[in-house]
Amino acid sequence: MIPELGHLSLIIAFVLAVGLTVVPFWGTVRGSAAAMNLAPSLSIGILVFTATAFGLLAVSFLQDDFSVAVVAANSNSLLPPIFKFSALWGNHEGSLLLWVLILSSWMTAVAFLSRGLPLVMIARVLSVMGLIAVGFLAFSLLTSNPFERLLPNTPLDGSDLNPLLQDPGLIIHPPLLYMGYVGLSVPFAFAIAALIGGRLDASWARWSRPWTNVAWGFLTLGIMLGSWWAYYELGWGGWWFWDPVENASFMPWLMGTALVHSLAVTEKRGVFRSWTVLLAIFAFSLSLLGTFLVRSGVLTSVHAFAADPERGLFILVFLALVVGGSLLLYALRAPAVASRVAYEVVSRESLLMVNNLIFTVAATIVLLGTLFPLVMDALSLGKYSVGPPYFNAVFVPLMALLMPFMTFGPLARWRQDSPRRWLHELLVPAVAVAVLAPLLSVLLFDFNLWVALAFLLSGWVTLGVLKEAWHRLTVGAPGSLQWRRLSPSFLGMALAHMGFAAVVLGAVVVSQHSEEQDLRMAPGDSAELGGYRFEMTRISQQPGPNYVADQAAFLVTRGGERIATLTPEKRRYLASNQVMTEAAIDAGLLRDLYIALGEPIGEQAWAVRLQFKPMVRWLWIGAFFIGIGALVTVLDRRYRSQTVSGEVAGSVKGQGLGFAS
Amino acid sequence: MHPLRKQRLYWVSLIVVLSSAAIGLVVFALRDNINLFYPPSEVVAGKAPSDRNIRLGGMVVEGSIARSATSLATEFAVTDYEASVLVRYTGILPDLFAEGQGVVAEGRLDESGVLLATQVLAKHDENYMPPEVAAALEGKGGAPGALVRP
Repeated sequence: MIPELGHLSLIIAFVLAVGLTVVPFWGTVRGSAAAMNLAPSLSIGILVFTATAFGLLAVSFLQDDFSVAVVAANSNSLLPPIFKFSALWGNHEGSLLLWVLILSSWMTAVAFLSRGLPLVMIARVLSVMGLIAVGFLAFSLLTSNPFERLLPNTPLDGSDLNPLLQDPGLIIHPPLLYMGYVGLSVPFAFAIAALIGGRLDASWARWSRPWTNVAWGFLTLGIMLGSWWAYYELGWGGWWFWDPVENASFMPWLMGTALVHSLAVTEKRGVFRSWTVLLAIFAFSLSLLGTFLVRSGVLTSVHAFAADPERGLFILVFLALVVGGSLLLYALRAPAVASRVAYEVVSRESLLMVNNLIFTVAATIVLLGTLFPLVMDALSLGKYSVGPPYFNAVFVPLMALLMPFMTFGPLARWRQDSPRRWLHELLVPAVAVAVLAPLLSVLLFDFNLWVALAFLLSGWVTLGVLKEAWHRLTVGAPGSLQWRRLSPSFLGMALAHMGFAAVVLGAVVVSQHSEEQDLRMAPGDSAELGGYRFEMTRISQQPGPNYVADQAAFLVTRGGERIATLTPEKRRYLASNQVMTEAAIDAGLLRDLYIALGEPIGEQAWAVRLQFKPMVRWLWIGAFFIGIGALVTVLDRRYRSQTVSGEVAGSVKGQGLGFAS
Repeated sequence: MHPLRKQRLYWVSLIVVLSSAAIGLVVFALRDNINLFYPPSEVVAGKAPSDRNIRLGGMVVEGSIARSATSLATEFAVTDYEASVLVRYTGILPDLFAEGQGVVAEGRLDESGVLLATQVLAKHDENYMPPEVAAALEGKGGAPGALVRP
């Protein structure tokens, strides 16, 4: 009964979504305030019914109702309850339901926090989001019904969740990533609404910007968690593989990065308007493309849950309609909203334009490398794979090109600035960094040109931010520090830029100075790596809740001093009989020690992979700061709605996301 | 020149320079870094190049896995049931690597037609098979699926 109720809720949500698409939009055309006023209620209705469907599916998972096909295929009675719950989105049907749930949450948030917006605008934005909801609810109901039953041949037990996914990282990685993916539908909806209305001004950018920053921040955090999860769970010690599925989330991130910066220019200076709209369309299109790539089974990856041509075709048609439709609308309406504001070549506008160019080119290059094998295969020109060397060869120079511009960004002035002023501000500290960078890289590791360069560029980026912060704190107020001048939007930018510097540093150092050895080891054997001595002390069998593990113990010492005892495992999961590597990691700010078990060779010996990974943590810490920085910016005073701030001042979200009209 | 036009000219030239540099990089990088997939029968027929990396996919032949007693060197044969190719690999094999299972090995062919693999990928659960392998084995049974790294 419960699954049928869930199915019914999903159908009701679909009907409401059709209503949300049609009624308020009709209202905007006919000028009917009553019809437009329906939009927020309809959004809440969709949220209530998708949440009900989601909750009921969760109940089926927690109650081990193996008559539901999704539960039978992805859960097991031995599975710990928390993984039974997260198994809900560890599969195609359930993750699509999560997608829709998050979309309706965003819609409701827009409906509630935008009361300062003109009614016509809210109605248009919510209709556009309603249309997206119609597409995805139809996708879920028609091709991937999560409530499908296995009757009367109900299995006695489920075939278990893929052991790779039985991990705390998976509980939060997909929801965060989807918050970002789906959140990009908000700036998209704002862009489309603006094109329909022909009104694209600074206030439009001010409405759209906090949503974009939040979505982009969540996307950053989601990608970061995915990378971290891959590092410790795949047992391989890699943190980024340029896997098509990673690219699927990375492309919207790159385009989103351009959008976040372009919106800043549009809000502050009213330029780049039509370009910003185009970026919003592209960013969300890449989100949809990512969904298509991951969900259609055209890719080979751990994320490719199902290969069903019908599903692929559905998303492809939907993608074509959304992209084609919005680009057509853009072509028809963009000339009407183009801007005519001049600025000099040396100005903050130009630096942000460079940012936009580089990130758009980067997104295009990743897109090319990701789609190339698919296109060649579709045209029967052979089966290719494009490997990490391609992406590295193109991506690394682009980022290196970006960073000097990033140094000047925070302190550059709008409209007009002079290189002489930049030099005056930065020359001495920049030279100091240039001297310190190679010294620091030699001090920490052996000299390496790339690492020294990374220290230099990251140092410059940090320097630019700090200089501007100091400027804000001190100028015009000798002897006292003006902390209030560090607005949330400046602090957010500063966190994100320094986070980016940390990511670059971590990425370069770990790529250049990592050490790795694959060895055959038995208890009593030892090996040296990165100045550490690893001694295998024993091998034993350990039972787990739904697996049995071979566990090895390693004593790690340095110069005779005990550093850690690490216990990597090889697990065999009982229900699926799958084997999983559980790496053991001694984490540190300057280095990780990483041990993974390969396979047993002979009596007591095992194949063992030892790794020394310097500064690998900086990647995730840096990415975390980027994400948090994006979220901090929306606390800025100017995004607080003057009309509603009194009502909702008690809630953090209300303060953060309200809009000034 | 009108300042707005001048501004536009700067941007257009910057975009042209940047995108041609990017295109150059892409072409350069693509030339060396794409790998073609070959089933064993095509390798044996001499259709695969030996001067660059290729991907070889098929099933591991039963009884063909030989391990060194002192190191992590391994040798095994990969077949598409028409021909088979010997693969040599030193390192840790993926969890699901086993006889009779689908694998993809990436590496270079030596003069004697043995693939010196730098990476071996295997299916990530019992019911899956790499799509390339599935296509190569078309009509001989097999379902599409996913790959994991070792």
